[in-house]
Amino acid sequence: MEQFPGKERALGMYQKMFLIRTYEERIYYLFLEGIMPGTIHQSHGEEACAVGMLYDLRPDDWMASTHRPAGHDLAKGVSVRAMMCEMFGKAEGCCGGHGGAMHTGDIRVGAIPANAIVGGNLPIAAGIGLAFQMQKKDNVCVCFFGDGASNEGSYHETMNAAGLWKLPVVFVCENNLYSATTSIKLTCVLENVAADRAAVYGIPSEVVDGNDVLAVNAAAGRAIARARSGGGPTILELKTYRHGGHSRNDACGYRPKEEEAYWFARDPVHRFRARILEEGAATEEELVQLEEAVQAEVEEAVEYAKAAPFPPNESALEHVFWKEES
Amino acid sequence: MAVLSIAEALKRAIQEEMRADPTVFVMGEDEDIPGGMGGAFTVTKGLADEFGFERVINTPISEILIAGACVGAAMAGMRPVADLQYGDFLFCMMDQLVNQAAKMCYMSNGQVKVPMVMRAPCGATNRGAQHAQSLESYFTHVPGLKVICPSTAYDAKGMMKQAIRDDNPVLVFEHKLLYGGNRKEAGQLNAVGEVPEEDYTVPFGKAAVRRAGGDITIVANLLMCYKALEAAEVLEREGIHCEVIDPRSLVPFDYETVLASLEKTGKLMIVHEDHYNCGWGAQLASYVAEQAITLLDAPVVRIATPDVPIPFSPPLERFVIPSAERIAQAARELAKL
Repeated sequence: MEQFPGKERALGMYQKMFLIRTYEERIYYLFLEGIMPGTIHQSHGEEACAVGMLYDLRPDDWMASTHRPAGHDLAKGVSVRAMMCEMFGKAEGCCGGHGGAMHTGDIRVGAIPANAIVGGNLPIAAGIGLAFQMQKKDNVCVCFFGDGASNEGSYHETMNAAGLWKLPVVFVCENNLYSATTSIKLTCVLENVAADRAAVYGIPSEVVDGNDVLAVNAAAGRAIARARSGGGPTILELKTYRHGGHSRNDACGYRPKEEEAYWFARDPVHRFRARILEEGAATEEELVQLEEAVQAEVEEAVEYAKAAPFPPNESALEHVFWKEES
Repeated sequence: MAVLSIAEALKRAIQEEMRADPTVFVMGEDEDIPGGMGGAFTVTKGLADEFGFERVINTPISEILIAGACVGAAMAGMRPVADLQYGDFLFCMMDQLVNQAAKMCYMSNGQVKVPMVMRAPCGATNRGAQHAQSLESYFTHVPGLKVICPSTAYDAKGMMKQAIRDDNPVLVFEHKLLYGGNRKEAGQLNAVGEVPEEDYTVPFGKAAVRRAGGDITIVANLLMCYKALEAAEVLEREGIHCEVIDPRSLVPFDYETVLASLEKTGKLMIVHEDHYNCGWGAQLASYVAEQAITLLDAPVVRIATPDVPIPFSPPLERFVIPSAERIAQAARELAKL
């Protein structure tokens, strides 16, 4: 078991995890209320992956997310209010309403626009790593993808080149067992869909309990250090589980109840909370206080976003091409 | 002033931009491998001698990776210039070009830019259906991509420099029969021309009037521009005066120069090697119909490759690709109207 961190660090991680949980649950209810447009791909249940991977990343390190980006973005430091405004398609959204739930990001904190094409962000992350390498920077790029993406051609083209060129990229497979509604067992013969396909490209890999934030964070530390020091990429496969469906209105009828029960009992937020108390890193009162502050922050963002104006229609025609003033 | 082939002019442009800007680099398959060709058409031959393989990057045969790495590197401050060998391979990287490169700036509301150049050799050259296509029209349909097709050595250097300096993804279509490199092609044209030694750029969205005339406006790109000029020469002797316009860039497109020409001629012929159905000529024809139909004295004539894959057999290929004779004959009919 990893060494338990100091109080500030433990509470810092927990705060981020609880923020993601609260944000995603609030989004779900807003969606059920019928006041949120579009679709949603939620990340609650996978908070330990996002926070463990990104907690020690520098602001000038980059992160490439997927169609399920909220946890990654919040962990990388995108503002809750800008995220919420984007969900409502408002002008103050992090992408001005041009992006939506699957393309959130804020380059100022190193979160590139999230990518809604499965595997689409993999070669882009390689290119970012290539740029860092050519610029002789010690930055790294963390690139998330799902279990299903490991079956894409882009995965194999990217890993071959990343291993060859020793790119400073940490590739993170969040293996939540399902590609949309299809069990990964039906589409890949390997138990570890990404990690078992790492050595063939000369890339070191680890399989990690993705619901244990400290285990994820420790593996992240090793991979980031390797990338930063010129040692090349790592593939981390984090075993985790969605608490919600693939997208809106998915009741997960394809998931066995016993499987859900097994994973829900390993809820990453509850586990880490219990661990903090067990280690004596914080009192129940301190945690409740932290949680109430997070809930208030999310609630404030919801009310703000509801009331915020939509972008002017003409803005739909802007930013097709880059302008210096943009 | 040097007399250069298009292949040499493209190389000069890339070379000068690499000297001037350390963020510019070349990537692709077979880029200046010692003993190799320098891409498929010699453009990148010798670049590694000057810049090393750190900036002349040989990739695996992985088109998704090539395009995606360009997108990522461009977002992170570099200016990649990728070589496709054959434009037909663009289809292997369509997601990265259409869903990623073209949309990053827009989806992010202008947070990120993607200054990348994708060089795509095109045109039928007795290589069969998968190494023959003229693909430029596909990409004119994608908001966020710029599409250029230089047909002279002067434009090749000036437009390539402009493409490398552009802050958006630019697809450069280069015709295989116009390169004039050391790699000989059956049916290639001598497209060498005078190219200034000094730095200059040719802006996008400005067509070139290659020949002035008052009877028929012929808009034709790449190899077809030369075929149109050949036809115009013949027609001149018959008393039909053609104005030949080379659009040079398809996105942005210089409609103004075409409309100004139609003010004189009232007759429009469009020629491209791309297929007939939804080729860029269809867009130009409908634009003229919408915006300036009163300028037309006769129906628009479109000469294009028929909607068949490009056949291998040389006589069959010659049959489907528009020829100077076919252009001249259609022009004679149009002149009568």
